[in-house]
Amino acid sequence: MAILIDKNTKVLFSGITGSAGSFHARQCIAYGTQVVAGVTPNRGGERFEAEGPDGKKVIVPVFDTVAEAVKQTGADTSCIFVPPLGAADSILEAFDAELKLVVCITEGIPVMDMVRVRRIIEGRKTKLIGPNCPGVITPGACKIGIMPGHIHRVGKYGVVSKSGTLTYEAVGQLTALGMGQSTCVGIGGDPVAGMDFVDVLKMFNDDPDTEGVIMIGEIGGNAEERGAEYIGKYMKKPVAGFIAGTTAPPGKRMGHAGAIISGGKGTAKDKIAALEAAGVRVAPTPSDMGTTLRSLLKS
Amino acid sequence: MKIHEYQGKQLFQKYGIPTPKGFPVFQASEAEGIAKKLIDETKIPVVVVKAQIHAGGRGKGGGVKVVKGGPAEAKAVAGKLMGMQLITHQTGPEGQKVQRLYIEQGLDIARELYLSLVVDREARRVVLMASTEGGMEIETVAEHTPEKILTEHIDPVTGLAPYQARKLAYALEIGKGAPSPKDTVNEFVKLVMKLGELFDKEDCSLCEINPLVVTKDGKVVALDAKVTFDDNAAGRHREWAELMDKAEEDPVELEAHDAGLSYVSLDGDIGCLVNGAGLAMSTMDIIKHEGGNPANFLDVGGGATKDQVKKAFSMILSSSKVKGIFVNIFGGIMKCDVIAEGVVAATKELGLKVPLVVRLEGTNVELGKQILKDSGLAIQAADTMSDGAKKIVAAVRAA
Repeated sequence: MAILIDKNTKVLFSGITGSAGSFHARQCIAYGTQVVAGVTPNRGGERFEAEGPDGKKVIVPVFDTVAEAVKQTGADTSCIFVPPLGAADSILEAFDAELKLVVCITEGIPVMDMVRVRRIIEGRKTKLIGPNCPGVITPGACKIGIMPGHIHRVGKYGVVSKSGTLTYEAVGQLTALGMGQSTCVGIGGDPVAGMDFVDVLKMFNDDPDTEGVIMIGEIGGNAEERGAEYIGKYMKKPVAGFIAGTTAPPGKRMGHAGAIISGGKGTAKDKIAALEAAGVRVAPTPSDMGTTLRSLLKS
Repeated sequence: MKIHEYQGKQLFQKYGIPTPKGFPVFQASEAEGIAKKLIDETKIPVVVVKAQIHAGGRGKGGGVKVVKGGPAEAKAVAGKLMGMQLITHQTGPEGQKVQRLYIEQGLDIARELYLSLVVDREARRVVLMASTEGGMEIETVAEHTPEKILTEHIDPVTGLAPYQARKLAYALEIGKGAPSPKDTVNEFVKLVMKLGELFDKEDCSLCEINPLVVTKDGKVVALDAKVTFDDNAAGRHREWAELMDKAEEDPVELEAHDAGLSYVSLDGDIGCLVNGAGLAMSTMDIIKHEGGNPANFLDVGGGATKDQVKKAFSMILSSSKVKGIFVNIFGGIMKCDVIAEGVVAATKELGLKVPLVVRLEGTNVELGKQILKDSGLAIQAADTMSDGAKKIVAAVRAA
């Protein structure tokens, strides 16, 4: 059953007519994701054409609003490809339609927009993943986001990560070791975002299909430390970890808006220590993430 | 994006936040006239000449001078400050060249306090912080006497509420010793509310007043102004382009930024070209792990074009400190053939004089490898990140 999404997930794409949105909607459809609607204001009534995994034509209706898309198609999950200054509004629109899950891929949303979003979505049942993330995939069932589908295999190991390409790295290693994935979740590298490590780890912990987890963090903030605290107290499954940025200089933003060591806080060293204290085995290099998880299963 | 103190103060003035009267100067020769004007207008014989660089710790570094000897002395002081390499604990050992000064009136200071607004990512709110320890670095106060830092988190729906500002005013005993404590409290509350409004409307990521002073006549004045903008909001603040001081930025990082690349200069000798921030950071880490030293962090991003890759690779090729290059790509949206084309195009123009190790994985990997092979370049292929890091470190050592 995996977590968050499965073969029954019905996805709507906000920003489906844009260049990134249309490209990735096509990729998701080709993977087999049920993309049932697109949303672009003033483009309602158009039809978006793509090809399914079997090469058959798929027609996706476009609507002006999320509410209308949900009413007409029964979409329960949104994937957002709206430009940064409009993305917060799209997140709120998706929450207003009471979807199950909102996945926001957009990078570069102003932090104050996300502070407002977080306040408004407090206490809601709808879950938010991202922004500034690769999305979420349950291999063989549903891919929502920009990750390359072909590197994944169906299996029983979960991945949760702040970094897109490091997630691919971990997945590539798992697949090469013959270890398929239950669900892979990219939570994104922004300072203020939706689900964090704890939220996703809890779901993996409760998921009977997941038997082990790779958790990939990076410098900045203390989401990794909070994740470690949860693992130490509650996690019933083996967790392998990796933290990027051991050599990052303080005070410099390393690509992701949230990846910055400020005031001596948020260093890789502290995060690795917290994870190890919680019983997580931390991979010495990013090339060892898969084998580190495997070593936990054998021992 | 950081701005200078004088620019921050101009922004404060726009929002009605009291600051000392002052003017920026760009030539030391202007200092005398400005000082005279300030002394005439304020009837205060003291002016302060302040070096304008983005780094903090200017006072301790010798970049802030109190001038009591009138306009002629102000001119002499300005002459010494302008053009100097100001070294503070934030500039690094080489310091930062002073090219702008700010000259402002002196004040009769009774108390120095600390006030700031910053995004608290754990609380997912903006936090208002205040302390009686004005002039001290807040990190130091937080470490040694955390109880001296007062905080109020701001609900983004309502914005900063006046009661929160009042709470701080009474906790700081802002009116204590002032001629009219009530007026001083009210002035403080007004200032804090305006700063809250400024932070929100101007898309700041930091507004810090250190020190915020209470003068002997009970006025509350921002003696310093440190304002940092949220880069992500640049799209709705066209005016920021004019506030940027390019002399304060690393020229290579600036060039990268203009090309839509994310680049940070480091002090090693192995150039890195990577897609994705996490992978780029851990590429640096793995080079270090294998005993090498990365020359840079470079994330070409997910949607880079051939031209952007070419630009990125050219920047690495033309850096004199680079003794070897490691290209590490896990193509998702980024296609390996685009990377390969960009790398080949850059080397055609600039030549390749140092060892190059390439690790390609993911989307269109075979096509990418073929392009590199056909180029005839002396490239060492690597299967994994670890393999690539080992190879480039060995190649640089052997060279």
